[in-house]
Amino acid sequence: METAPKHREKKPRVSMPEQEPDQRAGNFQEVPLGYTAEMAVEEASRCLQCKKEPCVSGCPVGVDIPGFVRCIRSGEFGPAIQKIWATNSLPAVCGRVCPQEIQCEGRCVLGKKGEPLAIGHLERFAADFARDACISCDAAPVRSTGKKVAVVGSGPAGLTVAGDLIAKGHQVTVFEALHKTGGVLAYGIPEFRLPKDIVAHEVAQLERMGVRFECNMVIGVTLTLDELFEEGYDAVFLGVGAGLPRFMDIPGETLIGVMSANEYLSRANLMKAYRFPEYDTPIPRGRNVAVIGGGNVATDAARSALRLGADRVSIVYRRSRQEMPARAEEIRHAEEEGVELHLLTNPVRFLGDDDGRLVGMECLKMTLGEPDSSGRRRPVPEEGSEFVIECDLVVVAVGSGANPLLTRSTGDLKLNRWGYIEADPETGKTNLEGVWAGGDIVTGSATVILAMGAGRKAADSIQKYLTEKG
Amino acid sequence: MFKIIKRQEMAGGTIILNEIAAPRIARKARPGQFVILKANETGERIPLTMADFNPRQGTITVIYAVVGRSTSLFSQLQEGDSYQDVVGPLGRPTRLERMGTVVCIGGGTGVAVLYPIARGLKLLGNRVISIIGAREKELLILEDEMRAISDDLLVCTDGGSYGQQGLVTDLLAQVLQEERPDLVVAIGPVPMMRAVSEMTRPCNIKTLVSLNPIMIDGTGMCGGCRVSVGGEIRFACVDGPEFDGHQVDFDELMQRLQAYRAEERQSLECESQSLEIHRCKMEPQIVSAAR
Ligand SMILES: Cc1cc2nc3c(=O)[nH]c(=O)nc-3n(C[C@H](O)[C@H](O)[C@H](O)COP(=O)(O)OP(=O)(O)OC[C@H]3O[C@@H](n4cnc5c(N)ncnc54)[C@H](O)[C@@H]3O)c2cc1C
Ligand SMILES: Cc1cc2nc3c(=O)[nH]c(=O)nc-3n(C[C@H](O)[C@H](O)[C@H](O)COP(=O)(O)OP(=O)(O)OC[C@H]3O[C@@H](n4cnc5c(N)ncnc54)[C@H](O)[C@@H]3O)c2cc1C
Ligand code: SF4
Ligand code: SF4
Ligand code: FES
Repeated sequence: METAPKHREKKPRVSMPEQEPDQRAGNFQEVPLGYTAEMAVEEASRCLQCKKEPCVSGCPVGVDIPGFVRCIRSGEFGPAIQKIWATNSLPAVCGRVCPQEIQCEGRCVLGKKGEPLAIGHLERFAADFARDACISCDAAPVRSTGKKVAVVGSGPAGLTVAGDLIAKGHQVTVFEALHKTGGVLAYGIPEFRLPKDIVAHEVAQLERMGVRFECNMVIGVTLTLDELFEEGYDAVFLGVGAGLPRFMDIPGETLIGVMSANEYLSRANLMKAYRFPEYDTPIPRGRNVAVIGGGNVATDAARSALRLGADRVSIVYRRSRQEMPARAEEIRHAEEEGVELHLLTNPVRFLGDDDGRLVGMECLKMTLGEPDSSGRRRPVPEEGSEFVIECDLVVVAVGSGANPLLTRSTGDLKLNRWGYIEADPETGKTNLEGVWAGGDIVTGSATVILAMGAGRKAADSIQKYLTEKG
Repeated sequence: MFKIIKRQEMAGGTIILNEIAAPRIARKARPGQFVILKANETGERIPLTMADFNPRQGTITVIYAVVGRSTSLFSQLQEGDSYQDVVGPLGRPTRLERMGTVVCIGGGTGVAVLYPIARGLKLLGNRVISIIGAREKELLILEDEMRAISDDLLVCTDGGSYGQQGLVTDLLAQVLQEERPDLVVAIGPVPMMRAVSEMTRPCNIKTLVSLNPIMIDGTGMCGGCRVSVGGEIRFACVDGPEFDGHQVDFDELMQRLQAYRAEERQSLECESQSLEIHRCKMEPQIVSAAR
C-alpha cells in the first residue's frame, strides 16, 4: 500500500446484486447476478496496485491480479481476460466458486482495515464479459506434434490438462465415465451457484480448439490403462476425482430417505431431477431435511433441498461455525434463505418406520476439546445429551474417498494407504512410465483451483516428457 | 449414439429385446455384467443386464420388461433408432467355474439375465438343470434358448397354462429331493430369489442371486445401490450385482425398491398425458411446415 492515496481505502466494496432470499429459495437460477461494467470499474478502482502483490501469492495458480484489475479499471475488458487466461483457463468457474476469503482476497491489503478487493467478482465479470462478447483465447495456432495424450476424467484437473496440451499441438482425447462432461462442476455444484451453461461453454471452447471428448467411457472397465497405450497414446493423465461417498457408519443408514450427497446432488444436477417430471429422474422432496456436514457440499445440498420445496432444512455439524469449511458466502446465503444450523451436534443413529422410511435422527450434543491432527479442536460428545431431530430426508455430506474402480484394474499403480494415487507434487508423475495424476484423486477432496493447479503442473511435465521423447 | 440393430417383442409386447451396436462394450462384456442406458436428454439412467453379446459384430443384447416410464420410453425406440448413452460393462462378472451339477433358476425377465450365465456354466462342462417360470405361458421367454444349453429344462406357470403348475420353488423342491447340486443360481423377482435362498440354506447349497437395486451412475460414486450382505453394506454396482443369497437382506432390498413409488406413478401418468400433449404440439408445426 506504499504509495496509494488514502481516499481509495475509504470506498466500500461494491457489492454484487443478488436475487432476494425469499425469491431465490424458490428457484434454481443463479443467486449473485454479476457486476455491470460500471460496478466492475468502480470496484477495480479500489485496488492499490501493490508492488509486492500479496494477493497473487494467495492464488494457487498465481493469477496476475493487479494486472487484470488495472485493465478493468481502465475499461479494457478484453485485455483483462487475456491476462487471466494466461494462468487460469476457467475463470468464469473460479470467480464463482474459489474460497477467495482464504486465498487471493485473504491476502489483500485492503482487507486489513476494511474489506478486501472483490477479486472473485472481478474475475467473474471479466470471464462473463468475454463469453458474452464471444472473445476467445488468442493463443497462436501451433503445428501438430503427432503425439497423443489421453486425459481420464473431465473435471477441472482434466480440462486444464486438455487445454494446456492441445495448445502445444498434441492430439488430446478426454475420456469421461458419465454421460456429461465437467466432473463435479457438472454433477456436484448446483445450477444456482454455477450455471451448467458456463461449464458447457468451457468444454465447447476446448472442443473448438480440437480436444475430443468421449463420454460413457469408464477407464479401467470399458478400456484399461494398458489398452490406452496399446491404442497409441503416448501419455495418460488421471484426473478421476474423489468419487466415493462416505457414510456415517451408524445404524439405520439403509433406510429410505438417507442418501449420500453425491446421490442427492447427482439426481438434482446431472439428471436435472429438480425439473421432474419434465426430466424422468425423481428426487425425494423431503419436508423436513437434515444435511450432515459443514462444507460446500453440505450447503449445496441444504440449499437445493429448500429449492425443491422442503418446509424445514437444517445443517447438522459436529464442530462450531468457525470450523465450517464451506465458503463464507455459501454459509451466509444458506442462512439468509432460511437454512438452520445445528452446530456442535453429531448424529448417532437414524430412526425409521415399519416401511423402512426415515422419520428422525438421534443426535448428541458436542463440546470442543483439544486440537486434533487437523489442527481443529476435536468435538467431544456430551454424555446424556441425546435428542431427536425429526426428518424425512437426510443427506450425508461428510466427505468422500478414493473410488477404486480405475485403480483396482491397474494393479501396479502406486496408491497411498487411503487409496489415493501417489503422484509427485511438483510434476504429477506417478510410479508408472507415461502416467500422470492430479486433482482430488491425489489430494483427496480439495478445491477447483487446486485441481486446476495440479493439472497445469502435470501438463508442463507431460510436455517436457513428450518433447524429450522426440 | 448407440443404434438399435434389432428389436423383437416377446411375451405379447410386455418384454422387449434390443440388440444394440456398442463395439467397445461388446468386446469386454462377460456373463453377469450389465450396462446403463439413457434414451435421450431428459431420460433416466436405467441398468439392464446383457442377455448376450457379440464381440465380432460389436453388439450387445438387452431384454427388458416394460414396467414404468423409462422402460416404456425404451419400448418406443424402433430398429434404426438410437440410445443417446450406453455405458459398461458394469459390475463384476459371474465367477464361472466347473463345479459339477448346477441348478439355474429364472423367473420372469430374470431368465434373460440367467441365460448367458447358464450357457457359460454349460460350456465349462457343468451339468445344468434349468428351471424357468412365468405367470402365464405368454410371458415365458427364451424357452428354446434355455433348452438348448441345459441338460434338463423344467418349466412352470403360476396357473398351469403351460408346463407344470406352480412356482419355480416347487420345481426346485422336487429337484432337491433327488439331487444335491453344487451350485444354485437364482435370478428373478426379489421374493423369488429370497424363497430360493431360504430353501437352499438348510442344506447349505451355495446360492447366487443377482440384485437389482435402484442405481444412478453404476460406478460406485453415489451409493444409491447399497444393499446389506452379511451385515455389511455393499454397493451392488461395483461389488455385485451377484451376491451369496444366504447373506442378502432381501427385506431391506424390497423396501428400498419402493423408495420412489409415488414419483413412479406420477411419471407414468405424465407419460400418458404427454402423448396427448405431443400430439397437440405437433399439429400446428405440421400445419406451418405445410405452408
Ligand atoms: C457439491 C460440491 C461442491 C463443491 N464446491 C466447491 C467450491 O465452491 N469451490 C471449490 O473450489 N471447490 C468445490 N468443490 C470441490 C471441487 O469441485 C473439487 O475439488 C474438484 O472438482 C476436483 O476436480 P478433479 O478434476 O480432481 O475431479 P472431479 O471434478 O471429481 O472430476 C473427475 C471426473 O472423472 C470422472 N471419472 C471418474 N472415474 C473415471 C474413470 N474410471 N474413467 C473416466 N472418467 C472417470 C468422473 O465422472 C468426473 O467427471 C465442491 C465439490 C462438491 C462435490
Ligand atoms: C444391475 C441391474 C440389472 C437389471 N437387469 C434387468 C434386465 O436385464 N431386464 C429387466 O427387465 N430389468 C432389469 N433390471 C431392472 C430395471 O432396471 C428396472 O425394471 C427399470 O429400472 C425400471 O424402470 P422404469 O422407469 O421403467 O420403471 P419405474 O417407473 O422406475 O418402476 C416401475 C416398477 O418397477 C420397480 N422398479 C424400479 N426400479 C427397479 C429396479 N432397479 N429393479 C427392479 N424393479 C424396479 C418399481 O418398484 C416399480 O414397481 C435390472 C436392474 C439392475 C439394477
Ligand atoms: S483463481 Fe481463485 S484464488 Fe486465484 S485469483 Fe481467481 S478467484 Fe482468486
Ligand atoms: S488486490 Fe489487494 S493486495 Fe492485490 S494489488 Fe490490489 S489492493 Fe493490493
Ligand atoms: S449406482 Fe451409484 S454407487 Fe452404485
